[in-house]
Amino acid sequence: MKSTPPLRSGKTTAAVIALLLAASPLAQAEISRGAVMASTCFACHGTDGKSTGAIPSIYGIPADSLIATMKAFREDLRAATVMNRHAKGYTDEEIVHIANYLSNIK
Amino acid sequence: MKTISRRKILKVLGAGGALSSLGLAGCASQGVVSGKAAAKIVVVGGGFGGATCAKYLKRFDSNLEVTLVEQNRQYTTCPGSNWVLGGLRGMGDITHGYGDLNSRYGVKVVHDTVTAIEPGQRRVVLAGGQSLSYDRLVVSPGIDFRWEEIEGYDASVAEKIPHAWKAGPQTKLLYDQLRAMPDGGTVLMAIPGNPFRCPPGPYERASMIAHYLKTNKPKSKILMLDTKDAFSKKGLFEAGWAALYPGMIEWVPGSSGGKVERVDAATRTVYAQSGMDQHKADVLNIIPPQRAGQLAQIAGLTNEGGWCPVNQQTFESTIHPGIHVIGDSSIAGAMPKSGHSANSQAKMTAAAIVAMLKDLPVISPSHVNTCYSLIGPDYGITVAAVYRLGDDGAIAGVKGAGGVSPTDVPQQFRTQEARYAEGWYASITQDSFR
Repeated sequence: MKSTPPLRSGKTTAAVIALLLAASPLAQAEISRGAVMASTCFACHGTDGKSTGAIPSIYGIPADSLIATMKAFREDLRAATVMNRHAKGYTDEEIVHIANYLSNIK
Repeated sequence: MKTISRRKILKVLGAGGALSSLGLAGCASQGVVSGKAAAKIVVVGGGFGGATCAKYLKRFDSNLEVTLVEQNRQYTTCPGSNWVLGGLRGMGDITHGYGDLNSRYGVKVVHDTVTAIEPGQRRVVLAGGQSLSYDRLVVSPGIDFRWEEIEGYDASVAEKIPHAWKAGPQTKLLYDQLRAMPDGGTVLMAIPGNPFRCPPGPYERASMIAHYLKTNKPKSKILMLDTKDAFSKKGLFEAGWAALYPGMIEWVPGSSGGKVERVDAATRTVYAQSGMDQHKADVLNIIPPQRAGQLAQIAGLTNEGGWCPVNQQTFESTIHPGIHVIGDSSIAGAMPKSGHSANSQAKMTAAAIVAMLKDLPVISPSHVNTCYSLIGPDYGITVAAVYRLGDDGAIAGVKGAGGVSPTDVPQQFRTQEARYAEGWYASITQDSFR
């Protein structure tokens, strides 16, 4: 439950909450910003970044590599057809969120 | 030990479901996630918007009970339908079923027609007699035609003179008429003003018809009568036409008599400029002006302009709370009416609904649209954009991002975009239907 919001009211609360979360399958964590933003990549790159066609897959790649690639597209340091135009739509922080999510997909 | 307030637990947990084990069932603010019953989401319309939304609702929260209502057992996509007209693909290549949404994601698929939506009872009534209750409803009804706008052209005339702006039998009709046309014939396309489904679509269609004619009936012509004076990717299309189909395609803007006002089906003649201009053709393709899909009209989700106003963060109707309208029917700021936009809106809406049901903050949406068009089999072009919610509540393109393919590039670039156009189709149909 790594994306559970931070707790401020002491260990006891945390313990109770942890117990609740563990006990209930209904209590799912908030959808992460990375998951929401990365989902927009999937229209072209396939669900979970697993492409079935000519467009490259983008899952399971180390986050550092994804971040460097996106920034290179954004700064026009790496040639592409459409990715230069897409990459310019994202801040450094957003690229990190997306890259972290994609890198963890098995 | 500090007392844990109920408010605090709600805030931390953000979900009602876990509370039942503490004896607090029923206290969740929305009341729909509490206890044992999973929240019920009904999605109506199985195009790019509806199919994607149903799938991503289950991906974002597998506990939801998601029902997709779609009248047809298979869906023929508009994207790719111009490629069929050009002879690059078959109808089977652009037709998709719903089996995977059920078997892989647990979406319940009901093939029926919605006859009424009862927002007060939160219920959808089906033609088969069944009614489905919902906690939240998503409708993705596509487009309907404004038949009243072009005299002499209506749904029955369209069975002889196709619009082919909803793919399927209409695509096949236009395909057959193009194949039956003699060499030296004229194909006439009538094109509506904004907004309409797939802004670059008519121009890709002209390109694909030209590809077929150049190969098989090289003495033929294409006449495009356009209500508008400009169109999507105009410079790129015109450069591509000059390179691949010199002299074959003529485009007439609205200010020069391009707005078709009347169709005479018997003589295959169209009239413009109050009857001053007449054009007779061998094959007519009339794409009428459009409005939100019929279901949106029946359900009272449209405004005076014929489209559906929504909160552009959650796509919840501003007319009927609890109903989300996505895809072509919705008013989505700067986003074009496209399958890609619908796919993007579907995901943001799914995430918003999951958050709203759990009383969590809705993550600020991020959208993408990429329109690939084929001018020839090895000549692809794109227009792309990244969108965010503006401070004024409207979806706007991120400044400095997006735009059209560059103009001065080697042929290799066009070939690569053509291959990616095919890759885009493979991916977006997988992402939406499988």
